[in-house]
Amino acid sequence: MKVPFQHSQSAHCETGVLSNLLSHHGLTISESMVFGIGSGLFFGYFPFIRLNGLPLTAFRSSTGGIMKRATRRLGVEMTWQKFRSPEKAMAALDEKLDEGTPVGCRTGAYWLSYFPRRYRFHFNMHNLVVYGKEGEDYLISDPVFPEPMICPADSLKKARFAKGPLPPRGRMYQVTHVPEAPDLQGAVVKGVKEVCRTMLKAPGPFLGVRGIRYLAKKVGAYPKKLGEKKAVLYLGQVIRMQEEIGTGGAGFRFIYAAFLQEAAELLGEASLHDLSRRMTEVGDRWRDFAVMGGRICKGRAEPGGTYAEMAGILKDCAEREKTLLQDLLNSIG
Amino acid sequence: MNKANVPQDIGPKNVEEIAYAVDEQGRYVKVPSIGWEPKNTANEQAWEVIEAEIAEQLRLIKVGKRSPLAYHMTRNLMTAGLLASYMGLPRWRVKRHLKPRPFGKLPPELLARYADLFEISVSQLKTAPDAS
Repeated sequence: MKVPFQHSQSAHCETGVLSNLLSHHGLTISESMVFGIGSGLFFGYFPFIRLNGLPLTAFRSSTGGIMKRATRRLGVEMTWQKFRSPEKAMAALDEKLDEGTPVGCRTGAYWLSYFPRRYRFHFNMHNLVVYGKEGEDYLISDPVFPEPMICPADSLKKARFAKGPLPPRGRMYQVTHVPEAPDLQGAVVKGVKEVCRTMLKAPGPFLGVRGIRYLAKKVGAYPKKLGEKKAVLYLGQVIRMQEEIGTGGAGFRFIYAAFLQEAAELLGEASLHDLSRRMTEVGDRWRDFAVMGGRICKGRAEPGGTYAEMAGILKDCAEREKTLLQDLLNSIG
Repeated sequence: MNKANVPQDIGPKNVEEIAYAVDEQGRYVKVPSIGWEPKNTANEQAWEVIEAEIAEQLRLIKVGKRSPLAYHMTRNLMTAGLLASYMGLPRWRVKRHLKPRPFGKLPPELLARYADLFEISVSQLKTAPDAS
């Protein structure tokens, strides 16, 4: 069986899946719009949370949260199911496909056989849409890939029951209701306000604009505190989180700029075009940071390419994001 | 970032990902990108760390301090804790199986479960490549 489903590649799995699912159910909405309404833009630097022994840097809000907020704000209803038994989980999936419904699944990326070896990390919050089954193979719309994929049942089953932090436990979801005229404007305003609140006002040194400044301070001290060899690993990890799969470039700053552009049209608010351009510039600064960092990692730093210089770029990013988001809050009221 | 500047630096992954960039009219568009130098560097670096860890396990296996299970675990990017949750065993038991002698005494049933998880045969599970 095969549900007619329009696959569209996107930068990020969570926003891509929701954009594709909603479009299937008659609400055409871009990935960047989903990202903005779901308040995806974020920054956090958590030295006490380790990923392979390296501190965690996050450029987007907690996984799963974007989907939850975006659906709530749009008045979309989704049903979620989780399972104990892998057999029952697969049977429930087949049943939905038989009914002609495309199904979203949360999976562990490591076990998906169509992932190239270099993509396969133990990351348990990967979203994809299953839209059909042919023999023992499932047809999959994985928004990270250019084309629809095929995945053997065994591999999908294992991925749906991956273990480790945040295990998916076979979670699957379908869109059950889409309002005829969702309040897009209202949803956009709510989404923007929450981002501004977290980025500007979150308490403590680790989150939002203050978190960027905190990272700047840490990066400046990396070589002295960690030694050259370890400093390079820490730096590489920040660059990976900023640019790796699913950010759309510059730690989601470009996706957010795209969202602001769409929001400008939607709300008829010309100042948002200008803010979008400024967000693009901030993204370009983050890219400068990655370029300089990449050279340091390769041991090919150009003159002036130092950790202190990199800390300077980050401080600049923090200042720019701060004024930008304050202006954004003012223009959206 | 302008559409014309979207990097196409071939790296180890070779999958086109989406980058967001502005076109000539200043409108945002989705542009496929095969890779970007700084990102490729950071990814290679992460893999070098993993490969060094695998090499270290192979060395320990050769001198008799680890069982082949340590190699398969590391190759699958697992820690003893993660492997234990896949096997439904307490972590201390998995840690014991990383030692050559307890591993040698494992019942066939448990060996088969380890092999099944790693998608290899039991005889593959009992061997690791020679450390070079």
